[in-house]
This record gives sequence, structure tokens and C-alpha cells, in this order.
Amino acid sequence: MMRHLISAADLTRDDAVQILDTAEEMARVADRPIKKLPTLRGRTICNLFFEDSTRTRISFEAAEKRLSADVINFAAKGSSVSKGESLKDTAQTLEAMGVDAVVIRHGASGAPYRLATSGWIDAPVVNAGDGTHQHPTQALLDAFTMRRRLVGRDEGLGKDLAGRRITIVGDVLHSRVARSNVDLLHTLGAEVTLVAPPTLVPVGVETWPCEISYDLDRVLPKSDAVMMLRVQRERMNAAFFPTEREYSRRYGLDGDRMAKMPEHAIVMHPGPMVRGMEITAEVADSDRCTVVEQVANGVSVRMAVLYLLLGGNESATPATGTTRTEENK
Amino acid sequence: MSKILIRGAKVLGGDVQDVLIDGETIAEVGTGLSAEGATVVDAEGRILLPGLVDLHTHLREPGREDSETVLTGTRAAASGGYTAVFAMANTHPVADTAGVVEQVYRLGKESGYCDVQPIGAVTVGLEGKKLAELGAMHDSAAGVTVFSDDGKCVDDAVIMRRALEYVKAFDGVVAQHAQEPRLTEGAQMNEGVVSAELGLGGWPAVAEESIIARDVLLAEHVGSRVHICHLSTAGSVEIVRWAKSRGIDVTAEVTPHHLLLTDELVRSYNPVYKVNPPLRTEKDVLALREALADGTIDIVATDHAPHPHEDKDCEWAAAAMGMVGLETALSVVQQTMVETGLLDWAGVADRMSFAPARIGRASGHGRPVSAGEPANLTLVDPAYRGVVDPADFASRSRNTPYEGRELPGRVTHTFLRGRATVVDGKLA
Amino acid sequence: MDTQQYDGDDARPVLEAPDIARVLTRIAHEIVERAKGADDVVLLGIPTRGVFLARRLAEKLESITGAKIPVGSLDITMYRDDLRLKPARAIGRTEIPGDGVDGRLVVLVDDVLFSGRTIRAALDALGDIGRPRAVQLAVLVDRGHRELPIRADYVGKNLPTSLRETVKVQLAEEDGRDTVLLGTRTAS
Repeated sequence: MMRHLISAADLTRDDAVQILDTAEEMARVADRPIKKLPTLRGRTICNLFFEDSTRTRISFEAAEKRLSADVINFAAKGSSVSKGESLKDTAQTLEAMGVDAVVIRHGASGAPYRLATSGWIDAPVVNAGDGTHQHPTQALLDAFTMRRRLVGRDEGLGKDLAGRRITIVGDVLHSRVARSNVDLLHTLGAEVTLVAPPTLVPVGVETWPCEISYDLDRVLPKSDAVMMLRVQRERMNAAFFPTEREYSRRYGLDGDRMAKMPEHAIVMHPGPMVRGMEITAEVADSDRCTVVEQVANGVSVRMAVLYLLLGGNESATPATGTTRTEENK
Repeated sequence: MSKILIRGAKVLGGDVQDVLIDGETIAEVGTGLSAEGATVVDAEGRILLPGLVDLHTHLREPGREDSETVLTGTRAAASGGYTAVFAMANTHPVADTAGVVEQVYRLGKESGYCDVQPIGAVTVGLEGKKLAELGAMHDSAAGVTVFSDDGKCVDDAVIMRRALEYVKAFDGVVAQHAQEPRLTEGAQMNEGVVSAELGLGGWPAVAEESIIARDVLLAEHVGSRVHICHLSTAGSVEIVRWAKSRGIDVTAEVTPHHLLLTDELVRSYNPVYKVNPPLRTEKDVLALREALADGTIDIVATDHAPHPHEDKDCEWAAAAMGMVGLETALSVVQQTMVETGLLDWAGVADRMSFAPARIGRASGHGRPVSAGEPANLTLVDPAYRGVVDPADFASRSRNTPYEGRELPGRVTHTFLRGRATVVDGKLA
Repeated sequence: MDTQQYDGDDARPVLEAPDIARVLTRIAHEIVERAKGADDVVLLGIPTRGVFLARRLAEKLESITGAKIPVGSLDITMYRDDLRLKPARAIGRTEIPGDGVDGRLVVLVDDVLFSGRTIRAALDALGDIGRPRAVQLAVLVDRGHRELPIRADYVGKNLPTSLRETVKVQLAEEDGRDTVLLGTRTAS
């Protein structure tokens, strides 16, 4: 693994499997009376959120606290950032305070990459979502959820998602979740199909390692997992689709459509769901829907990422992940 | 003013000749000229070109003197081999009145490094709604002949039509920044494979091409000439080629960076590559080179756009668009056009001096290297190889996309009406 | 695998398969004796080889007492005190038997006892999982050189070593054969 986690595309298959395996162990911590590990004691992690996202911030914060890190939350609203301080100045201020790692959420695509590569700071950077670019920990928690449900909790260890058919439906154009998932799922051997109205698929998508379809009903029977993306109502005003009703009719997941999926297939959603738009309440509340599990898995996966990036004096690689050395017996 | 003898230069890349400058003019061109009473410049192996003319420069003054002034900008121009630059109108205040264009014109005169010909805004405040006083700007001391809302597109078809018609009265030309505004809302880079991956808002080629198509048809309809700024796509080339074949009076420019760089560079998210129009694809770059070679594109213009460090040392979306270009333009053209065999030095003289002077009606510039002509000359060492170091720039800004890149060629001397503004690669 | 290099020519066996079987049997008897029947014993092996030893001990205890002995694993990676000295490493499995450890006699099982830091980490890890009645330690080899006030309750073999020497335990489950090798550290 690298020093930073910026894009799901940067992960090799072995990196990704190692994160998922580590996350399985982290998940067990949640079942214990004391849900805490001393691993990152004395390390300070800053959650630098330039964009509101309570759920992602809380998930990272829970992961950091379970690893005993000291946590600083920095929200752009009401801070010096709104007074015109730049990303660079903010990051350098944090580093001067002794921050050991930065988890960054930013509305501008590429902001975490800039932070990691521009020489502004030395600390490792974890991308918690940037613009319409990437959201790698979301893709990892989605892959983790799929592996658990489709391969098995113990059976899945060491394995990828080879041959699994994953369908991602909705606003691909504006979705960092879709981009991250296409990259990671492809790396893990899955077959990905994107389904969206043509207006919500980016120009240039033809080089992505996935299939594109405009017909949800045709794809559903061949899907092991169907991931519904949030569709913002405002997109309607920019003529991406005529009306909410028409969108739901063509691309929403309701009970009838869910019935076309194979028995074992699951329904996923990165949240927050727009019920009545891309997903009906009937589907959202069904036991095939993994939304709540995804939230729990998010903490485990983020613990794994933080441990592998910060747990040693340099970040882990699959090759150096070994049993104990003798000196420390 | 004393005499200067440029000895043994290849004039326009052709025959080796001596050129004698006496005062402000070229006194004699020939072989074995006497050096008596003259300062001798040994030009063996060098190319002598007419002083370069840039039809598209942002000098930033008045308003953004933190990024460039007329003085620093003209010093940069002289360093790059230019003897005349056309200063774009998007200053603060906008150059949309006789007062502002005269101020810029006067500052250019005072700088003494190259001639500054102000460009007037087409519409008041570049807002695209109401024609600026085009005639008053033409009649002013600045004698404006080129009008442009550059940075913004004159997107209203009626306003564009009227502007094209109106400037005919005094042989003016409208230089269009072709960018359909609705198709480029939130645009951050070329729309294509790379933008899809990077999640940056796309600037589709069609937003440029649709405006060019409209404007050449408008120019044909009203019988005016029109100039297209910074053409950047293969499709635009096709439209201009078609228009010229129909006899439409259209001219077009390409920037050095669009001849060399592609949108692949944006993968670094380094805003030094952020520019408008955006860097396009390899296919576009090759089409632009070919079009410049065959004359479909008439000129190279720098779109020199200085920005202070803080406007580029930030995340991509927050960064300003634009690159400095005056001091690297000739080197980039040498690399992309001369060393690829697409254009000879005579061709370079045409695309970077004769043609831009003709389009902008810049008297005294873009003239042949012959006796009696104004001594506006540029001497180039084509064998030079150097790595671009922005610290060497005369420009106040450093936002070059070529930092650390090796480029060929170097301007060793620039003469503005017989006065050396650059000597041995250094500003005089 | 250990990142250390072993000198193949130099390494010599100090325990062979029959020896290992015999000492495990003895340790099993000692546990039964000291715990007065092993009713509330839980065996927790420390990955990787401690887990195999714990499983073998459980079988032996079962054959002695006739009762099923809970056996699990306790990974100590996240509790190590030298995490920042090395790259982050893959973590092992922690598997606590169904009834937990509260109020029970936990016997930690490891292959080699050396500095004692692993056992310190194991005690910390155990504290986050529950509250045993008592904790004991069983090791196959005690090679000395303790850096912490820790000692084993059950020792297969005391093996006085110098710090230049290496002790390597191989078990059939992981290495294809049972043996304990004593070698010399190669310079590197």
C-alpha cells in the first residue's frame, strides 16, 4: 500500500484484499466489551472536512477512536477557510500543530491529491471524498459488504470478487462513489455494469473497465448486487431528466424490479437514500438491502485503512505483512 | 543612434547575409558589408526574423499589477523576441473606453521594450450586452483596430453580428473567444476520457466549434472579417478550413501550449495546466500543427496570461486559468513546427510576425527584412538547448507549464526600431 | 515468515517431533494437576504457531479429562510496543471461544518465550476482551533474556541461549514437520 489513500485506482488486488481481510479482524473488535485497540495511541488524526458530511465524518471518527488516536475535527464552515484561508494554509497550520495524518473531504476534485503531492505537508492523506472524483473508503466498504454477503465472512478471507456481477444505477456523472467502485471492483475481478440515463453518464466513459446500459430491467436478472446511487432532485432542473416520476419509473428500484433479481442478490446504497426517487421504501426496508450493514462495515474498513497507513513506521505492503519476528517473542 | 551590423545571419532561415541597421531602419542587406563605425553582432548559425508580433497578450495593467504590468509584460515580450504585442481588454477597469486604451497605449510607449497596441472590448464591461464605443477607441490616440471580449465569448448572435458590421467602417476586426457559455458552465478541463476519470467538469470541443461555425457564417452574411482566438480543437480546424474554402474572411490563431501539451497533464491536478480553452487531446494537437503548417490557422498567439503564485498554488477548481507564454513561445514553435519539419523559418516569420501584424494592422511591424524597413528584428540561436527555469523570466508571474522541460532555441537579440532591447539573451 | 536469515548449516535440532509430543503431554498433565481438573480452562494460542500448540494441548487435555476444552487464538499485533519501528503488518486472527473468558482460567500458549514483550501485549489484549479468573502461560521453549518481569507457568524446554543464537520452531501444520532449531544469526 501507498503512503496515502487518494484513489481506489491506486490499489492493487493484493492491497485491496489485505485491507478487506484486516477489516474483518477490525470488525470483531465491535463485538467485544471494550471496543478499542491501543494501536494508534499518541497519534493525532485530523478530519478536515470542507464539505458537510456528518455520516462520513462520524464513521472516520469512530474508526480513529477505536484505534485510540487523538481526533481533531475541522469543519470548514465557521472556520478561517470561509474567511479566505487556502487549503494550503489550513493544512500547514494543522501540520504545525503536530497532526500525524489528515482525512480530507473536499468539494473540489483532486484536492486530496494536491494535498498529498504538492509538498505542502508531509503527513499521510486519506481521501474521504473529493468532488466528483473518488471516495476510496466507500468503495472498500462496499466491496467488503459484497464479499461478506456473496462469498462469506470466513470463506471470503484472502479472496476477491472474481466473477461477481455488480450493477451500479443512477447519477454516475456526478458520483465519486461510482468512479471508486468501478476501479476497485474491476481490480477485485468483478464484472461491473453501470445503468443510467445517457445524460448522467460522463463523456469518455468508454475507457472505463465496465459495461454501460440504459436498460435496468435487462440487467437486473444478471446481477449479484445492485447499488443504487443517490439522485439529487436538483438535477431535474438542469434537464438531466424530465421529471422525478419519469426517473423513478425508468431507473428506480421498487418491489417488482427487486423480484427480477436473483434470490441471493443484494441491494446496496451509499446513503443518504432519497426514498421515492431511486429506491422505494419497500426495497430500502427489505432484508436484501444492506444500507445499515454498510454503515457498520464503514467503520471496520476505515480502521483497517488507518491501521495499515499509520500502524507502522511506514505503510504496510502485502509482502511485509508477516508473523512476529523472533526478537520480540 | 549608432550603426549595428548583424553579421552572417540566415535571414528567415535562408541565405547567410549581413544586415546593417542605421538608426531606426535597416540600411542595407547583403554580403560582406563594411563594419566601419558599427557595433558588430556575430550572428553565425543564427536565424534572423522580423520582430515577432503577438496578437493576444494579457498585460494585466490596469488592475492586476500584482501579476503583470505593462513594463514587466513588455520586458517579457522583448525577451521572447517580440517587438509588438496586442494587449487584451479584460483589465480592471475593462478597456472599453478611449480613456483606458489610451492609458495602456501610453504605458507601452513609456516602457520602451516593445510596442503595445491595446485591444478594445467589444461590449461594455465584457458583459456581452451593449456595444462599447468601438469608434471612439479607434479614433483615440491608441488607434484600436482589434476588438475582443477575450476571457468571455460574445455569445449573443445579434451583438456579434452588429460588432462585425460596425467595425467595417474603420477596417477593424473582432477577435472572438469562442466558448458557448451554457455548454461550459462549471467547466474545468477538456471533456473526454481524462475528465471522466478525474471528475472535473468538462469543456466540450463543441462549445468552441459551434460558436466558430456561427461566427464564420455571420461574417459571411455581413461581409466582415472575423478573427478566432486560440483555436484548440480538430473540429475547429475543419470549420475554419471549410470557411476559408468558401472565401469567408476568417483568420485564426493557435497558442504555443495547444501545439505541445495535452489534457493527460491534468492528471497531476497541477493548476499550472489549467487554461482556457483547455488543453485538448493528442489528436487535436496534431490537427492544430497541420493547420498551422498549411495556413488554415494563420498565426501563433501566446495568450500570455500571468497569474500570481497563490492563484496557482491551490486546488484545481480554485485556481485561475491561464499560462504565461511570451518567453517560451518561439521555442515551443521551433520544437513543434520547425523540428518536426512542418514549417520552415520563413513560415515561422509569417505565422509569428507578418500575418499577425497584417491582421492587427500594426504598421511598422511584420515587415520584410530589407533596406528601408523599420529595424524591428529578432535573432535566434536555434542550436541552443535549455531547461525552462521560471526564475529566469522577465514576467512578473511564473505560471509556466514548461518548468523543468527542455526546449530548443533562444532569442539572443531583439531590436525595436534599431534599439537593442535584448543583447546576448539578456534584457538591455 | 521470520524476516531473519538462518544459517542452514549451523542450525541444529534441539527438539524433534517425539520430544515435542512428549513435552506437550507433560504440560497437559501439569495443567490438569494445577487447575485441579481443567474444568474452567480456556486455551488461547498466540498466532501463528502458538495456535497450533494450543490445539494440540486441547486434544491432550481432552484425552486426559474426557471433557472438551475451549480453545481459541489471541492476536497481539495491535498491542505491540514496537509498531512504530517496523512497517505496519498484517494482523492475525483473534478467536475467542463462545463462552468467553470471564471468570475462567486462561492459559496463553506460545512457541518461544524470549523478551516477554509478546506476553505483555497478550495480557493487554486479554484485558480488553474480558476478565479471566487467572491467566497462566505455557511455552514450548524458554530461551531466556527476559526484558520484562514475566515467567512461564509451563515450559516444554528451558534452552539457555546467547543473543547471537536463533531459535526457530517448526510445526507440521505450518512448516510440514515438527522440530526446534538452534542456529546462529547471520550478519546482515
